[in-house]
Amino acid sequence: MIRMYAEIIRIRFLMMLAYRVNYYSGILIYSLNIGAYYFLWTAIYGGQGSINGFTALQMATYIAISWMSRAFYFNNVDREIATEIRDGTVAIQFIRPYNYLMVKVFQSFGEGIFRLVLFSVPGMFLVSLIFPIQLPGFGWIWLKFALSLFLGFVINIQINILVGILAFFVLNNQGMLWAKRMIVDLLSGLTIPIAFFPIWAQWVLKALPFQAISYLPSVVIVKDLSGSAFWGAVGVQAMWCLLLLIPIQMIWNKARHTLVVQGG
Amino acid sequence: MLAIEAKKLTKEFQVYQSRKGLSGAFRDLLNREYRTIRAVNEIDLSIEPGEMVGYIGENGAGKSTTIKMLTGILQPTSGMLKVNGYDPHREREKFVRTIGVVFGQRSQLWWDLAVQESFQLLQKVYRIPQEKYEPHLKRMIDVLNIQELLDQPVRKLSLGQRMRCELATSLIHQPSLLFLDEPTIGLDVLVKEDIRQFLRDINQELNTTVLLTTHDLGDIEALCSRVVMLDKGNIIYDGDMNRLKREWGDGKRIVLETEREYELSELQATTEGLPVEWEKKATHTYEIKVPGDQVQVPEVLGRVIAQGIAIQEMQLEEATAEEIVRKIYQEGMTLD
Repeated sequence: MIRMYAEIIRIRFLMMLAYRVNYYSGILIYSLNIGAYYFLWTAIYGGQGSINGFTALQMATYIAISWMSRAFYFNNVDREIATEIRDGTVAIQFIRPYNYLMVKVFQSFGEGIFRLVLFSVPGMFLVSLIFPIQLPGFGWIWLKFALSLFLGFVINIQINILVGILAFFVLNNQGMLWAKRMIVDLLSGLTIPIAFFPIWAQWVLKALPFQAISYLPSVVIVKDLSGSAFWGAVGVQAMWCLLLLIPIQMIWNKARHTLVVQGG
Repeated sequence: MLAIEAKKLTKEFQVYQSRKGLSGAFRDLLNREYRTIRAVNEIDLSIEPGEMVGYIGENGAGKSTTIKMLTGILQPTSGMLKVNGYDPHREREKFVRTIGVVFGQRSQLWWDLAVQESFQLLQKVYRIPQEKYEPHLKRMIDVLNIQELLDQPVRKLSLGQRMRCELATSLIHQPSLLFLDEPTIGLDVLVKEDIRQFLRDINQELNTTVLLTTHDLGDIEALCSRVVMLDKGNIIYDGDMNRLKREWGDGKRIVLETEREYELSELQATTEGLPVEWEKKATHTYEIKVPGDQVQVPEVLGRVIAQGIAIQEMQLEEATAEEIVRKIYQEGMTLD
């Protein structure tokens, strides 16, 4: 079982290497984004010490950390699932003795680790040379961040799977996929930290799973959360991990029984 | 235990119908009308281990739907189904370890990766022990002659090369039952013959049961002793290939080219008492239809020559499987 999943991760590494150009252009795009947001936020701060509990230095760190985290948790598994359903290749997956969704999770995990090691870590190093950001030194905080980031990854992939398998019912769900991507980037706190939203919106966002993908892990490291603040954040993430299993299982069961294979 | 056992196996699909025009489209937004289509209608099928069975039918006859139920991809609407002793859909993960599948129109190899990477992944997926995996794979590589393809990405292979790799993939875990859905589609004659030979070999050596759907009746004639014919979701014939030919082949035709023009009645007189039919095709060319088994070709020819008809050329024609099948569908006959 474990060897099979390890093999799936290895295969994904190979596939990422087969598409090197994507990888290089990714580095460029992420650097541009970090740069753009960095200058935008410096302009907004305009020399002010602190806005909504974030100092300018923390804000810069937040931007760098949350984009580099995105490189890890982001994947196109929703699009892959939807495409496989639409063109009927999903049938091939059903003749294999494994759980299709688990395979997708591990594929994405392989992709995530690939980008974390070959992209985020060197990228972070470069960014810390160019922009004044403040990262904690070696210590427990990195382990806490790793746990929080991993949970963020799980929640993101659960949402992706959920949107992807809806293609079983709505065969053309391109629009839904785009909307989801925008919603996740905006509501997860990637573009604007949750603390910068109006109070009422913060309440709404805190009741949604998206902030648990990006905002919570980033805050853990930027604000150096500890004790109950840290466990509170991780607890919210863990809760979403469990809650999201329910709709996935329900839709998946229904989908398995009503599967229509496109194109013969 | 039977390899495949199906009783009253049925699959229905819900398809929605769109109403006409713009107002119809608006009404469709609110409530859609559904229509039930029965793709497979209460078919009974039993296949013994080691049999090679051809499963034929026109497009849309329900072949693919049946294969998808037999492989556990689709859940049957009703009926009993046991394949290799399992309920394919309910016990899918255990069941699929015992079968191999080749979809001619879909690749199961990883498109961007070298062929051997796919093999290695599948070894882990099926948890095949190394000491069993290596000799088996090596043999298939030799027989299918794919050694030099192993380190090439699948997208660079030709269709014939890919299909040989697909076959190796589907047999990597030594399944006792192999489903082939259009395995020779788009292949040239030589590759087709190689693949047929390979299938005959594994059937004989490993007693692998093979269920084959194809539009190429050459495959069926070369491989299958038994055919199951499907039409509009119903099985209309299940039995011997030879019997199908005998009963539906309309016998044989002898085409004669003669040295001079004969009157039809003159020719008919030569085969007096035999149930054959004469027909004039062109100048100097006549055709004799020799039906079924009641009369043999040499007997007919013997008589014609004995009567002194001067023959220049002679051709013997037999209905191909293709013609037989076309005839059955055109006439919409039910066989039993």
